[in-house]
Amino acid sequence: MVRFVLGKLVSLIVSLSVASLVIFAVVEIIPGDPAAYMLGINAQEDTVAALRAQLGLDVPKWQRYLDWVGGLLAGDLGASYTYRTPVAEMVGERLWISLPLAVYALVLSTLIAFPAGLLAASRRGSAADVGVMGATQLGVAIPNFWFAMLMVLIFAINLRWVSAGGFPGWESGLLTGLGALTLPAISLALPQAAILTRVMRSALLDTLDEDYVRTARAKGLTWRQVLWRHALRNALIPVLTIIGLQFSFLLAGGIIIEQVFYLPGLGRLIFQAISSRDLIVVESVVMLLVFAVIVVNFLVDIAYAAVDPRLRRR
Amino acid sequence: MGLAVLPRTLWIGGALTVLFLGAALLSLVWTPYDVTQLDVANKLKGPAGAHWFGTDHFGRDIFSMIMVGARTSIAVALIAVGIGVGLGVPLGLAAAASRGSWLDEIIMRGNDLVFAFPSLVIAILITAVFGASAVNAIIAIGIFNIPVFARVARGAALSLWQREFILAARVAGKGPVRISAEHILPNIANLLIVQGTIQFSLGILAEAGLSYVGLGAQPPLPSWGRMLADSQTMISFAPHLAIAPGLAIVLTVLGLNLMGDGLRDLFDPRLRRART
Amino acid sequence: MTGSILKTIAVSLAALAIGAGGALAAKTEITVGMQLEPPHLDPTSAAAGAIDSVLYSNVFEGLTRFGPDGSVNPGLAKSWEISEDGLSYTFTLQEGVSFHDGTAMDAEDVKYSLDRARAEDSANAQKGLFANIASVDVVDPLTVKVTLTTPTGNFLFNMAWGDAVIVATESIEGIKQTPIGTGAFRFDNWVQGDSITLVRNPDYWGTPAKLDKATFKFISDPTAAFAAMMAEDIDAFSGFPAPENLPQFDADPRFTVLVGSTEGETILSTNNKQPPLDNVKVRQAIAHAIDRRAIIDGAMFGYGTPIGSHFAPHNPAYVDLTGNSAYDPDKAKALLAEAGLADGFKTTLKLPPPSYARRGGEIIAAQLRAVGIETEISNLEWAQWLEQVFRGKDYGLTIVSHTEPMDIGIYGNPEYYFQYDNPKFREIMDELNVTTGGSARTELMQTAQKMISEDYVNGFLFQLAALSVVNAKVVGMWKDAPTQATDLTAVYWAE
Repeated sequence: MVRFVLGKLVSLIVSLSVASLVIFAVVEIIPGDPAAYMLGINAQEDTVAALRAQLGLDVPKWQRYLDWVGGLLAGDLGASYTYRTPVAEMVGERLWISLPLAVYALVLSTLIAFPAGLLAASRRGSAADVGVMGATQLGVAIPNFWFAMLMVLIFAINLRWVSAGGFPGWESGLLTGLGALTLPAISLALPQAAILTRVMRSALLDTLDEDYVRTARAKGLTWRQVLWRHALRNALIPVLTIIGLQFSFLLAGGIIIEQVFYLPGLGRLIFQAISSRDLIVVESVVMLLVFAVIVVNFLVDIAYAAVDPRLRRR
Repeated sequence: MGLAVLPRTLWIGGALTVLFLGAALLSLVWTPYDVTQLDVANKLKGPAGAHWFGTDHFGRDIFSMIMVGARTSIAVALIAVGIGVGLGVPLGLAAAASRGSWLDEIIMRGNDLVFAFPSLVIAILITAVFGASAVNAIIAIGIFNIPVFARVARGAALSLWQREFILAARVAGKGPVRISAEHILPNIANLLIVQGTIQFSLGILAEAGLSYVGLGAQPPLPSWGRMLADSQTMISFAPHLAIAPGLAIVLTVLGLNLMGDGLRDLFDPRLRRART
Repeated sequence: MTGSILKTIAVSLAALAIGAGGALAAKTEITVGMQLEPPHLDPTSAAAGAIDSVLYSNVFEGLTRFGPDGSVNPGLAKSWEISEDGLSYTFTLQEGVSFHDGTAMDAEDVKYSLDRARAEDSANAQKGLFANIASVDVVDPLTVKVTLTTPTGNFLFNMAWGDAVIVATESIEGIKQTPIGTGAFRFDNWVQGDSITLVRNPDYWGTPAKLDKATFKFISDPTAAFAAMMAEDIDAFSGFPAPENLPQFDADPRFTVLVGSTEGETILSTNNKQPPLDNVKVRQAIAHAIDRRAIIDGAMFGYGTPIGSHFAPHNPAYVDLTGNSAYDPDKAKALLAEAGLADGFKTTLKLPPPSYARRGGEIIAAQLRAVGIETEISNLEWAQWLEQVFRGKDYGLTIVSHTEPMDIGIYGNPEYYFQYDNPKFREIMDELNVTTGGSARTELMQTAQKMISEDYVNGFLFQLAALSVVNAKVVGMWKDAPTQATDLTAVYWAE
């Protein structure tokens, strides 16, 4: 086990190093100079050079890479070129929107998927099953930004029930904040709910085919009892795995939805940083997202291996 | 096997897919109107006799644009799948053939690494580096197809390597490359086709998303995602601008997904029995 | 399960309803929407117009200031005297002016601000405004003497720019996050990615602001801007990004649409050094191939004034030269044939993000195609545009709105990205710089307009309109945009 964990740890470190190199390389070859962008078309050459020096952009790239990685190791994400504030602070602020949004969407999709999947599985082949499965097919096929546009048209522009977007800030009240996140969360949740429903249904059907479920049935338990006591609990493993995967997707995947609803979240931060060539922000935020996924994968691998020794070989 | 035995999903999905493929192919030789011809005087007309789906903000015929847009979407998604298959499958086969070796480890770690990147963000970065164009959208989408196919190919190949007919081939002196090509590949083709259909539909969605944020095919070539983006400010007084391209995306993706499901049922009779 | 969603929506709605209550008495707060968020809050070290849109005149003031009509009025300088030779300006400052942190504003601050802007390591985006300053001397705490190297007819105009505002030594350190100026509003708070709040400065030296609080909300997406305005989440939107939505606001009695003019000449910039565009016949052909009406209608939904040269139509010295480039595709084809390009040619059309450029570009591409000119469109972000087009000069055609006021002088710089190199034009500009007489200046400016129009340097399209949507009860918003500013000092709610 120790050897297994050490091996995984080495590959974790290698992965992170490769990722940091790739990210730095890709971001640094983006054409466009942050200083020139900030100073606009009337700027004189010497002014641009002066600003570059102020931003620390005049040192060689390899040195900037080492400084950046060194900073990351010390927990310092650097300071934004455009805003001149620490990247960590900006990320922290944006996470206060992206994280609740992701959780909100996840809760919504789970609230939809559990009953829907249960219904479809318990009445396999019925009209309800066909209906649910048809709806999930539609759910995965609808581009979420289009769905978002339609919802803005209906609920914000025509009915004026909710504001079309923006975020008033949590200090204006929890409910106001949640209200602003409702349409975006629904748009994000829709395709996720469809996928989750399908996973839920097939996981339930799989467990219902297992021997112990048949035994339970034979013991005289009703369908409903079997479903609740045995099948659901066992189907939870694949379902939770998918939920875990979806969460990391939702965190970064909200980028387009954040555009539609002009939410100042993590996705929009990256988008803005790319267009204003705030390279350090792009590098650090992408690295942070990659880091999160890689570390979660690492922990999952370890956890699985701890549970099932067979997995330690491979 | 008669046609009547084909799964219903395959029928519906196939029909939708053929419809959009047909529209895309037809647009190569004919569209009702020239999509590069602007007619500002006739802008924002609702659906009517002369223009089935109405006209856009430059007076272009939306029906014609949907046809050409189908071509853009399908071409981008299809080539991206091609990249995924072309690079991912050999990698997956190689990993499976050298199971447990350093090669396998590198390929699989590389896969995990690509998966760890937020795909949309990377796609935006790629287009920021190389400029927004259909070709770069293909590359951005294609890169993320590689690990998908590598993983599917490896997973399926691994179980085949344990089978007796492979053992027989090994005994007969065939090398891993030949075995992979002659025995493994044909046996995992079904799985790859099903996965290909799914990635195809995901590619259509990805292309729509990229063009929606302005990073896909460039004007004057119409694309569904950009049509949606263009329509966004006019949706309150000309909703038809957003309805047609949105529905086109939904129906194409729906068609491909249904077809994928149908194919899976067709290839895996055990599953089909379980269903009916 | 549907119940749970409905409940969520109901709860959120209740929250919104509560939030909306309590706004009954005459309002003293305003929320103004804007498309772009400032990168930081120092107007003297970035080009971003968004900085001035929030802070100009509200928080920061210069020696002189622009009025709503573009006139140059006294600001922190109460009055001035110009020496006979036009080389020295003696400014008398307003008395009793203090910065928002309580420190006094005096001649030392003026000297510091101007010296900082023209220093070697200055990061001022408009350093050229200060290029002619030879020295700045403090005569007494309320008198400053500025000496110039050459007479500069535009000097008072230059000092009114947002890049020339007066800042204090004491507070310069934190200016990017906490701007401290002398204006009628004080900076209060910045929620990055969302909004900036200003509050009334109770100790203002001049006429105090009527509003207690002003919030600038940044909404980059045009649809969201439309919805936010319609929902009355915001009270005004200055520089409304989607002209197609204006008729809906116009038809709604709750709103007023202000259509004014800007200093933005929107042009099809042409690389005058790149063959075949270096041939004046080819550029003339392009000019005649363009139908300005279709561009204004199609890209701007009718808002915008056609121009025939690089000059603002509201300027008294303007001459209408649109006749030089009247829409005439046949003539365009004939000109191409004369240039030996009867079969047309291919070039690039690189478009920056604003919708006038993206939409206008699609229309121009179609119009050029009609006379045989193929364009390869590429949509660029601003950073790419600056790198490739503006600095790299790697382009054939591009569309951009030149929003600096009175900027015809850029045609005198052969290094400028259109690479127009005409010594005669430079002579006119040099003469203009040293001419102070009104009619003589007008004549020179008209000659300059005609020269670039007849040389078909660029495709001259239209003057960008200033489009704002304002709640009908809000009084005092600027209609025109003589500079990047959202001056709220005189704005109030009627009722």
